[in-house]
Amino acid sequence: MSKPVVATASLAGCFGCHMSFLDIDDRILQLIELVEFNKSPVDDIKKFTKMCDIGIIEGGCCNSENVENLREFRKHCKILISLGECAIMGGLPAMRNGIPVRECLEEAYLNGPTVDDNIIPNDDELPMILDKVYPCHEIVKIDYFLPGCPPRADLIWEALVALVTGKELTLPYEAFKFD
Amino acid sequence: MPRKITIEPVTRVEGHGKVTIQMDDNNNVARSRLHIVEFRGFERFAQGRPYWEMPVLVQRLCGICPVSHHLAAAKAVDVIVGAGTGEGLTPTGEKMRRLMHHGQIFQSHALHFFHLVSPDLLFGADADPAIRNVIGVALEHKDLAVQGVMMRKFGQEIIRATAGKKIHGTGAIPGGINKHLTPEEKDEFLKGKDPLNIDKMIEWSLGALDFFKGYHAKNAEMLDNFAVFPSNHLSLVRKDGAMDLYHGVLRAVDSEGKKILNDVDYQDYLKYIGEEVKTWSYMKFPYLLSIGKKDGWYTVGPLARLNTADFIPTPLAQKEFENYKAYTKGKPNHMSMHMHYARLIELLHAAEVMKELLNDPDLMKGELVTKGPKAKEGVGLIEAPRGTLFHHYRIDDEDKIVMANLIVSTTNNNEPMNRAVNYVANKVFNGKKEISEGMMNRVEMAIRAYDPCLSCATHALGQMPLEITMVDSSGNVLGKKTR
Ligand code: SF4
Repeated sequence: MSKPVVATASLAGCFGCHMSFLDIDDRILQLIELVEFNKSPVDDIKKFTKMCDIGIIEGGCCNSENVENLREFRKHCKILISLGECAIMGGLPAMRNGIPVRECLEEAYLNGPTVDDNIIPNDDELPMILDKVYPCHEIVKIDYFLPGCPPRADLIWEALVALVTGKELTLPYEAFKFD
Repeated sequence: MPRKITIEPVTRVEGHGKVTIQMDDNNNVARSRLHIVEFRGFERFAQGRPYWEMPVLVQRLCGICPVSHHLAAAKAVDVIVGAGTGEGLTPTGEKMRRLMHHGQIFQSHALHFFHLVSPDLLFGADADPAIRNVIGVALEHKDLAVQGVMMRKFGQEIIRATAGKKIHGTGAIPGGINKHLTPEEKDEFLKGKDPLNIDKMIEWSLGALDFFKGYHAKNAEMLDNFAVFPSNHLSLVRKDGAMDLYHGVLRAVDSEGKKILNDVDYQDYLKYIGEEVKTWSYMKFPYLLSIGKKDGWYTVGPLARLNTADFIPTPLAQKEFENYKAYTKGKPNHMSMHMHYARLIELLHAAEVMKELLNDPDLMKGELVTKGPKAKEGVGLIEAPRGTLFHHYRIDDEDKIVMANLIVSTTNNNEPMNRAVNYVANKVFNGKKEISEGMMNRVEMAIRAYDPCLSCATHALGQMPLEITMVDSSGNVLGKKTR
């Protein structure tokens, strides 16, 4: 039987969730025996090359590119997991929700003490910023949620092994962290 | 016909960026740009939050080196609570933070070298991307992969012991630190079972340096000529000119090594540093005010630090430093790929500093926090793994933030990264009609040398599809290539 295929993405996140994934340390060597990686920042595969079994999403959606990327993941992954607070609830980037985007841009590019150009970036190459930061399940259907900021490495490991081997996952109470 | 090439996303660099290369009628590069496409808005939404939240809040801009943000913010907040700048803390406060920081430098440099760079060196830029990654390294060079994983783990454990958590800890608090190191933790780090002890870490750091030097001996032509251009360099140095990654004065040198910023107090950074805004990137372009927007740009990070510092205050790293300096006859080094060499010397230095600190009894006893007369404003600087990081906050009478200004390491390297891309694009794309995998990867390698943490540069890692679009002058798509 071929190995289950895993893909991962970082949308509007800080990459801390991916780093926590790497904190499974030497178990990564076991993991690559268990699964095959497809599109993910940890390898160099940039486009889906096949249908995947598990998609892991870090971060919510703050611009049009994040939304497109998330929809691609939904299309190519049988199971989709929101990993960490940003994907589940928007997290730190969502602290701008409730503040007009314009004000955020003005503060960064017009009012800061080190700038004087009177320019706000607006090139065609820059994706459209959304009015607010959206958690992933508001854009596509999400099958599982792993909480934490970031979720602890053991939790990520246990959850993946459970999914891949089909054994049931028991979550200890302390795993439900939102710090 | 003019055409445009887009490399998107830039992978194995931490962040959300893409490269566009505009070609002219003769298939030569007319213009290249590295765009940072994410925007967070931290400067605005920090407003109204209590100042003491900053050290735990800001690190969530970047999970790759959260400790750097944690500590830069804590240093700014130290000034606000009257604990002084660096020298003001209690010995325990300062040394615990230094240990945390060097744990961070160690894990980040190890991650960068083993996970991100070694695939290019081991497999070559033209190798199949399906193998040319850390998983490929794990499958084909298991020993090396295990070293990378364990070195990162050691650094992360140091962070856990000092900050409370491996990612997004809470150890640094206004005016100090919230815990001591326990004797058990100390013993584990100093004498733990192989490989997780400091002596093994020093041995492996030396091993990584040997690996690189061996590689250089065989590939000097490529490493010495890949993206070389003159630049100014900026970093913190200790008052006596030694390398100091945690605290010091701000120094900049020009491409010949002449001091252009002479060991100034960073509380006054507004007198020396400005940022230019351009329409096509969310990342600003910092420059030295005294030189101006056009030529005042500078490089930060490992290469810059080895160019500004007079010496390295730990013996093994100092020996490597002397060899390194001799290669450019004492002049600043401008070879982008030597950034990896410089980074490994720092990796060794960080391991030596950790060993020194772990043997220091101050970590296990003594006062944790100091306070003094309150101030309304504070600036915190630190040498993050990728370079100088600036945090600046102002508060109101209710202790709420009214102004937050961040200049992160990758932002400081914005212009040099754009120059590196341009250099390589001109070398590999000019006159070519077909675009190969290897050509695209070379552009990424140039960016990767700077180890950009684009996620914090946008006060926003990642991986997007690699897509090349050729566009003619009227915007018609002539061809598209994806992988
Ligand atoms: S949940 Fe926390 S660790 Fe994960 S991306 Fe968001 S801020 Fe970073």
